[in-house]
Amino acid sequence: MKVVVCVKQIPDPNTTGQLEPSTHFLKRDGVEAVMDPGDESGVEAGLQLVEKHGGDVTVVSMGPERGLDAVRKALAMGAGKGVLISDDALRGSDALTTAKVLAAAIKKDGFDLVITATESTDGYTGIVPQAIAELLDVPAVSFAKSVEYDGATLKVQRQTEAGYDVVEAQLPAVVSVTAGANEPRYPSLKGIMGAKSKPMDRLTAADLGIGDAGGATAGQTITAVEPAPERAAGEIVKDEGEAAKRIAEFLVEKKVI
Amino acid sequence: MAVGKVWVFADITEGKPAPVALELLAKARSLGGTTEAVAFSKDAEAAAGELGAHGATTLFAATDPAYDEVLLGGPAADALAALVGEHHPDLILFGMTYDGRDVAGRLAARLGVPVLANGVDLSADGGIAVQTSIFGATLNVTTKFDAATPAIAIMRPKSFAAEPSGGAAAKVVPITTPVDEKHRRARVTDRVADVAAGPKLEEAPVVISGGRGLGDPKNFELLDQLASAIGGAAVGASRAVVDAGWVPYAMQVGQTGKTVKPGVYLAFGISGAMQHTVGMKGAKAIVAVNKDENAPIFKLADLGVVADALKVLPQLIEEVKARKS
Repeated sequence: MKVVVCVKQIPDPNTTGQLEPSTHFLKRDGVEAVMDPGDESGVEAGLQLVEKHGGDVTVVSMGPERGLDAVRKALAMGAGKGVLISDDALRGSDALTTAKVLAAAIKKDGFDLVITATESTDGYTGIVPQAIAELLDVPAVSFAKSVEYDGATLKVQRQTEAGYDVVEAQLPAVVSVTAGANEPRYPSLKGIMGAKSKPMDRLTAADLGIGDAGGATAGQTITAVEPAPERAAGEIVKDEGEAAKRIAEFLVEKKVI
Repeated sequence: MAVGKVWVFADITEGKPAPVALELLAKARSLGGTTEAVAFSKDAEAAAGELGAHGATTLFAATDPAYDEVLLGGPAADALAALVGEHHPDLILFGMTYDGRDVAGRLAARLGVPVLANGVDLSADGGIAVQTSIFGATLNVTTKFDAATPAIAIMRPKSFAAEPSGGAAAKVVPITTPVDEKHRRARVTDRVADVAAGPKLEEAPVVISGGRGLGDPKNFELLDQLASAIGGAAVGASRAVVDAGWVPYAMQVGQTGKTVKPGVYLAFGISGAMQHTVGMKGAKAIVAVNKDENAPIFKLADLGVVADALKVLPQLIEEVKARKS
C-alpha cells in the first residue's frame, strides 16, 4: 500500500500566535515551530498500516524552508520518503490553494491512501482534506477516530454530532484522522540518525505546474485585524478550603441554584 | 450593497434541521437578498415547514435515499455544483458541522472558489466579508471575498441567534442529480449514537466539563453528580480526554466538537487550549478550577479557582445540595 501523509510545521500551539502587521501572514520569525501535533497521529496511522500490510509511507509538506523539520520528524518516526514544496509564491495561500498544491504533489508520486489530520492546529479550517480528495477524485473519509484495513477495504469510525458512523471504503481514498485515532510513537535515536539519509524531494509551485497561486490572488483579502474584546478580568481565588463555597455562592448569584 | 441570493446548507436529522441552519437563515435574511435552503436527506421535505418559518422561501431538497448510504461530501458537491450553475447564488453558508465541512470543502475545490471557515460573523457592506476569531480568540480577522462567486463560508454554530420569520413553508424544489456510482466506494454501513442521558450540551443552561486534570475516567461521575445536584446541567469534556477514550466524542466541547453558550460554564481540570475555548468562550459566565495558576483558562474565567478539581468537586456537590434543599 502506498500511503501519503500530509504534515505541517506550525508555530508551537502552546504559544499565542501573531500576524505580521504589514502582510497579515502568520508571524514565523522568532517563534518556536513544531510539527502540528495532529499530524503525528496521521504519520502514526500510516506507519501502522504499512507495518501490517506492507508498502511505504511518503510525507508531503507545503511551507517555508523550516517545514523540513516536520518532514524530518516524520522520517525519523519511520516514513520512507519526504516531499517539501517550498516557494515564496505560495506565501499566504488559502485552504484551497494549499489543497491544490498538496494534491498535485500527491498525484505526482501516486498513492493508494492519503492520510491527513482533521485540521491544522494553527489555521483550523478543517476543509483541506476534503478539497484534496475532490481534486484527486476519491472519497474523503473525514474525522476518523479509528482506521482498520483488511487487505481490501478500509473500515473507519467517523465522528458525527451524535456519535460515529461506520464507513467502509475502497482505495484509493483520503482519510483524515483525529488525534484520538492512535498513540503516536516517538522517533528513536536510530530513526533520527537514519532520517538524514532518506530520500527527500524539494519542489516549487512551478514543478507542480501551479503558477501564480497564492497570496493576493487567492480570491480573498484580509481587510481588518483587531484585538478581540477581552473578557473583563475575573476573580481568581486560591483554594484554602473555601473555594467550593465561593463557587456555590457564584452559582446562586447567577441564579443557577 | 445587498446580497442577491444566499443559500443555507441545512443538516437534517429525522426531518429536523440542525439548529445552526436556523441561525444561519436568520443572518442570511438580514443581508437583504433572497434566502433559500439546501438539504440532502430522505426526510428533507419534512423540514420545509421549519426552514420556511425561519425565512427560507425555497428548499432545494435531495430525497434520494442513496444520499444517506454514502458519505455526503462527494455527491452533495456534485449536486450543488450543478445547482449553482443553474441558479447563481452569491453566497453559500454552511454550519461548522462534520458534513458541512465535507460538502463545503469539496464544493469549493470543485468550483475553484475560495472558502472561509470558522466564521463568527458576516457582513455584506461593499462585498461579502467573514469575521473569524483566531489564536485563542485574541484576534478578530475580517476577510473579504474577491469577485469569484459563489462565496462559500463555514460559520461556527451559535454565532447568530435563530429567529422565526413567520414565513410560510419553503417551496420544495427537488434536486434530481443522482448519486454517482463512484461515491459508493465509501459506504456508511452503520450509524452509532453515543447516547448521553440528560439535557443536550448545546441547549443546557449550565454545562460542566472535565479535562485531564480529573486524573481518571471514573472521576467524570463527580461531574454527573454535580450536574444532577444543580439540575438541568449537561456534562461535556475537553478533546484531550475524548481522544484518550475516557468519554464519548459526543461529549466533546470545542473546535472539533460542540459549541456551547450556556448561562454558566464550569471547567474542571481543563487547561484551556484554543481547541477547547472556541467551543465555550461564548458562555455568559465561566468558572474554572485548575491546579496550574498559569493555565490559559483563567484568562477567560469570571471566577477562577486555583485548586485540585478532585478536591473541590465533592465539597461543591455538598454545598450545592445544601443550598438546594
